[in-house]
Amino acid sequence: MTNEIVIKTDKLTKKFGDFTAVNEISFEVNKGEIFGFLGANGAGKTTAMKMLIGISKPSSGSAEVAGFDVYKQTEQIKKNIGYMSQRFSLYEDLTIKENIQLFAGIYGLTDKEIESKGEALITKLNLQNESNKVVGQLPLGWKQKLAFSIAILHRPKIVFLDEPTGGVDPVTRRQFWDMIYEAADGGITVFVTTHYMDEAEYCSRVSIMVDGVITALDSPANLKKQYVAGSMEEVFIMLARKAKRGE
Amino acid sequence: MQEKEVLYMKAVELENIVKTYSAKKSTVVAVNDVSFSVNEGEVFGLIGPDGAGKTSIFRILTTLLLADKGIANVLGYDVVKEWKTIRSIVGYMPGKFSLYQDLTVEENLEFFATIFNTTIQENYDLVADIYKQLEPFKTRRAGKLSGGMKQKLALSCALIHKPKILFLDEPTTGVDPVSRKEFWEMLKRLKTMGISIVVSTSYMDEAKLCDRIALMQNGQIMKIDRPQTIVDEFGKNLYAVNSANMFRLLTDLRAYPQTESCFAFGDKHHLTMKEDNPKMLNDYLTNAGHNDFNISKIEPGIEDCFMQLMKI
Repeated sequence: MTNEIVIKTDKLTKKFGDFTAVNEISFEVNKGEIFGFLGANGAGKTTAMKMLIGISKPSSGSAEVAGFDVYKQTEQIKKNIGYMSQRFSLYEDLTIKENIQLFAGIYGLTDKEIESKGEALITKLNLQNESNKVVGQLPLGWKQKLAFSIAILHRPKIVFLDEPTGGVDPVTRRQFWDMIYEAADGGITVFVTTHYMDEAEYCSRVSIMVDGVITALDSPANLKKQYVAGSMEEVFIMLARKAKRGE
Repeated sequence: MQEKEVLYMKAVELENIVKTYSAKKSTVVAVNDVSFSVNEGEVFGLIGPDGAGKTSIFRILTTLLLADKGIANVLGYDVVKEWKTIRSIVGYMPGKFSLYQDLTVEENLEFFATIFNTTIQENYDLVADIYKQLEPFKTRRAGKLSGGMKQKLALSCALIHKPKILFLDEPTTGVDPVSRKEFWEMLKRLKTMGISIVVSTSYMDEAKLCDRIALMQNGQIMKIDRPQTIVDEFGKNLYAVNSANMFRLLTDLRAYPQTESCFAFGDKHHLTMKEDNPKMLNDYLTNAGHNDFNISKIEPGIEDCFMQLMKI
């Protein structure tokens, strides 16, 4: 495995007035890793992620994502990443095909590429009969699988997934992780947040944020050893219970 | 236990409830002939993913939505004819945050108290545990609260008129494991105060915290019982298997001819076999080149049961 670093932050900080949402976080993510970004509600995960995807300017510190600077090269960052979240992923009143065309177009694929890659995607997800249906009619699990496939259609270096499996049924949730593994295997780095602690076990490495600070970062196996815990859930609860700030 | 239940009045009764939604061309059956009852003083869980029909059931029971077919009662009152009475005795926490974002924490609570002709002081003991954590922020606007705080405020507002029954629609969705744990501890305390609770969740691990649960999918109930009974009725030996290379192990287990079902479960894979022979599996994995693996028989969880039922 190559040890190419695709995300590197150094004392990355974000303040809102006198409130420090993200407090000097420093970490590196390697190419092809599945990096679990965990933390309690209000710990600063979303704020940190917004800085990494180039839509929020840091207050201080530095970070490079896919080789680009989060202060000056946010447009290049956006071209080299994919993003999906539980809250917003696809346009509900556009059809599957239209969503693919729209997002692939935004990500800069040519019409030819959109056609061939879009078709391959629809076949892979077994959505041939549904491709002209509006996305709003699909079950949530299908939507999320489709959203993920679209987010990596332009072969980004990194894909950011913000609670991608919330509310999804247990079988589909696992199929979704199969897709994550496949993407990582193909060299796409996966940066993922989740509240399902069994999913934390599937990550190559996991960071846990408490009160704006990264308090732990290692492989799930090492974290369990370090904190003498039987599961990632125990590790998480041990660390997050120490949180002092009132969210 | 079973025969004792007749002494209780039913907190909720549904009989053959059907609810369909029609869009331009298509019709979705959100609730498909659902019947169940909830005993008074019970914590009853509706467990299932998005789209299972949980929210529609909540909205029918809280008289906000009319069913196409079937009968439903809440504490003996009919949801159609006696909706007014029901609204005064139930507390409802919708899945989507529905408080007034531009009112402060305190103003929201006061507003809900006033609507039900009561005051914060009158029922303060009921919400004290929860509201105490919010009091330092009582002048903050609700819209500016974080997820966990919003959830506590919503629960306080649903409780302030001292309802006899609480309907909580996915109160822990998107909530971290620590806050989820705390939330369930709060529910336990409310139960001891005699409030019946109907709660839905898509987190299967929360199922075991309910007295009884209904496992739901696509508008139908797959099973209703006590969590332990459902686990006892799994009917198969379940094995947890792990090895140094978990990803390859999953592929190999799926390819194993005797595998009936195999799912990743955190740091283990859960497996049931057609021919239940761990020794044979042991040989198969050894031959496949796994040297550092471990096979152990375990008790299934609700998530195992849910997936087993889904496949039928």
